Amino acid sequence: MSPRSPHRACACQDFNRAELLRHVAAQPGRGLPSIEPGMPTPAGTGLSRRGFLLASAGLALSVYGAGRLLDPASFEEGIARAVAGPTQPVLVSVYLQGGIDSMSVLYPAGDPLYASYRPVLALPDTAGPVFTEDPRLHWHPLAAPLSQLHPEGKVSVLPAVGYADPDQSHFTSRHFWEVGATQAELLTGWMGRYLDLAGAPDNPLQGLCLDEALQPSLATARMPVATIDSPSSYSFYARGVWGPPQSIMYDYFDALGQVGTRSGDAAMAQSGQAALMSNTLRRQLMPFQPASGEAAPGLPAGYPGAGDQFPARMAAIAQMLAAGLPMRCVSVSTESVFDTHDSQVAALNTGLAEAAQTLYAFQRDLEARGLADNVLTLVWSEFGRRPQENASGGTDHGAAGCAFVMGTRAAGTMIGEWPGLAGGLDALGNVRATADFRGLYCSLLEQWLGHEAAPVIPGAAGLARPQVVR
Amino acid sequence: MPQASTRHRSRIGGRGRRYGSRTDVLPVYSGRFGVEQAERLLWRAGFGPRPGQAARLAGRGLRAAVLSLTRPRQRSLAGPAPRLQNGQPIAPYDVWGNDVLWWLDRMVRTRAPLIERMTLVWHDWFATSNELVNSQRLMIAQNETQRALCLASFPRMLAAMTTDPAMLLWLSGAGSSKDAPNENYAREMQELFALGASQGYTERDVREHARALTGWTNTWDRATGQPTDFRFDAALHDAGVKVIYGHRGRFGWRDSLRLVLGHPDHPKHFVAKLWSYFSPQPLSAGDARACERLYVSTGKQIRPVLEAMLMHPLLLVGPRMVKPPIVQIAGMLRGIGRYIDTDAWAWEANIAGQMPFYPPNVAGWEADRWLNTGTWLARFNLAAQMIDEKRALKPSATRRAAAVDPNALAAQALAFWGGPSVTPATHRALVSYAKSAAIDFATASWEREQYPVLAVNALRALVVATPDYQTC
Repeated sequence: MSPRSPHRACACQDFNRAELLRHVAAQPGRGLPSIEPGMPTPAGTGLSRRGFLLASAGLALSVYGAGRLLDPASFEEGIARAVAGPTQPVLVSVYLQGGIDSMSVLYPAGDPLYASYRPVLALPDTAGPVFTEDPRLHWHPLAAPLSQLHPEGKVSVLPAVGYADPDQSHFTSRHFWEVGATQAELLTGWMGRYLDLAGAPDNPLQGLCLDEALQPSLATARMPVATIDSPSSYSFYARGVWGPPQSIMYDYFDALGQVGTRSGDAAMAQSGQAALMSNTLRRQLMPFQPASGEAAPGLPAGYPGAGDQFPARMAAIAQMLAAGLPMRCVSVSTESVFDTHDSQVAALNTGLAEAAQTLYAFQRDLEARGLADNVLTLVWSEFGRRPQENASGGTDHGAAGCAFVMGTRAAGTMIGEWPGLAGGLDALGNVRATADFRGLYCSLLEQWLGHEAAPVIPGAAGLARPQVVR
Repeated sequence: MPQASTRHRSRIGGRGRRYGSRTDVLPVYSGRFGVEQAERLLWRAGFGPRPGQAARLAGRGLRAAVLSLTRPRQRSLAGPAPRLQNGQPIAPYDVWGNDVLWWLDRMVRTRAPLIERMTLVWHDWFATSNELVNSQRLMIAQNETQRALCLASFPRMLAAMTTDPAMLLWLSGAGSSKDAPNENYAREMQELFALGASQGYTERDVREHARALTGWTNTWDRATGQPTDFRFDAALHDAGVKVIYGHRGRFGWRDSLRLVLGHPDHPKHFVAKLWSYFSPQPLSAGDARACERLYVSTGKQIRPVLEAMLMHPLLLVGPRMVKPPIVQIAGMLRGIGRYIDTDAWAWEANIAGQMPFYPPNVAGWEADRWLNTGTWLARFNLAAQMIDEKRALKPSATRRAAAVDPNALAAQALAFWGGPSVTPATHRALVSYAKSAAIDFATASWEREQYPVLAVNALRALVVATPDYQTC
């Protein structure tokens, strides 16, 4: 066997519990972990999933949707038809996991209370470039790539976006952002509901998640959506077996899988289902087994090379768009977790540098490929952090935080405002929201995706729409 | 599946008499306690049987079987000490993955499997990851504490975990001071450890608990960069008045624990969560309430509740559970009589979805989502690691039997793993494979000679791929 590195596919770097939601949605149709009885049920629960190889693009997809729609044969056709159709605007959602500290990303150097709220964490006035729309704020030096795009008019900044009665649980607040409402019981994502209304029954690429599992914001009720895995090595090995006994052995994965799915026992059915899906995937990926000694292709220029999967996933989005794949809503998440309760400087800096460089590289990549006018990128997190730092050199969960809309078609003007530390905090000492994320979603739907917001976002009629598109 | 139950209630006698009749609370399984039931009990409450162990346990009857697990006579390890493939001893404190080997070795060699299994339960319950703690020494120290208290009382366990150095680092307890209380531990203590994400507490309670819990700190060794000297420093503690669940007082960390343990939601959370480790089907409301009463009346002891649970019909003949990856790895080694002789198990555990000391987050592993295309692949390939070169059958060295019997080939493969029981449908599939690979496809004389041997190698791997073997 080839040596395998101890990669951390399932765990480890994601110590914040928001990660649970992702894995919950990864195997839809099953209930929540029993340890979290008060949690909202994540969007996507109830969908079925099926492995599918898009032969024309050489991509292994996991398609999510209502059971009877999952006919892989129709997808090649549906995707081909969508490719031939008119170009559609694309929305890319980038989730900064764990609640990023907006008061570091855009720090209020000019606020007289800043230094006293952040005795350890405060950055010096001179550290980062001034945010020209509100000179009280400075960009974190490591967010400099974004500050370069801002004067080009390609970044709309939301310095304090959130909602009334903020919830400080990762699970709950992220759920609100994913479903586009402060409703615990919604089971579809906000982009998923848009696709249910505007999407096609045979194009799973219309809602594409680059991750191990479907992100809840893309969860639909009717239309298929997909996640993409890397078609890298996926090989089964049994010692001392070759020839026909080996190939027949693989065929028996299906027989054993069926024993499980027909057993009437849920755990055996889970095992059987995994066997059947694994065998399907094995067959699909057989043509993609790399010849020995062949290296994976590197990232295009500009994307941070070392580190985690996030830059590679963003680069893949640009590549797939360039290949003409019919994507409409795309979602991706940083692998860095910004839940910086302790030693924030080290934890934030690595992730922020990677995120900012990657977003910058992605934007330049789209521009170089002539795709930029067709793509808008939303960057968000479930909440900001407490203005008052804690004694561990970190910050606890807060309320309003920052978000960005990036693209050549972005309005490029600030949405809402920085409320200031004097008078801008709520009773719990958290930042008050000066823009509502649901209003932002309404604007993205109406101004960018060209769809009425009312049937997608609950309470849309009462929400102010900021200008997000130029 | 039929569920044998009974009207009479469990009475734990003998050495358990000190709990008296208060344990007569749950239905006791009264059906046949045969090899299959004993096998399940050993997988659910341990790491699977060694060859022949399930039959011996079945012979003792349910009650004695359960008590042999919960009140083990011997806690020592049996078998050769762990070593690496180069023959060197493991370095649990210093080398990546050797911490996992250290614990896996205990799971394999223990004579008290429930002790190790409950340690795993507490590791998941108070899930702490070395990803952040960054000290295998502190993680192992926490593990030793969990092992020592695994059947004691929950209040003792919670107190030990609250002040445990790895936990103090993991959930920011160390350094949380009166000037800037950190809410991390206060929040998880309620949401995950003691109460559940219920409506039973407010954000205000989180903040006030955080204040009550202030005062813990540590120093950082300048030479090694390691955390050291974890202690309570009254100067860092917020001695002011707090209001928690409507109670007012100058509460400290012990008061904080007393209040959360006295919260009306706690017994319900404790019982439901403990039970969830042993059965996928929740207890009936009546049984749960009875368990809660037992828990409270025994001073929040763990063992009496656990003993009642382990005899419950739902556990012995109710729905099956997917074996946690580390449990299956330990059980495979026990089944084939292999001990720790390679570090491969650390990364195998990782790719199979459960690397001890590295839970995915503070909520622990998701026990109802172990299997997907990635982890199923990993479980299959585990068989090839278990069956090393010297265990794989070689066609050249094996004398061909006069007539090939597919049933015998399947039996041979099952026996390799210690003879796990499989359902008739699974057995038919295995025999059908044996016939196809060893007989139908073997036409040339060399094929008729070699394929039966290859088929047994393949069948050993297929056994690991069965829904029967992956669940218990």
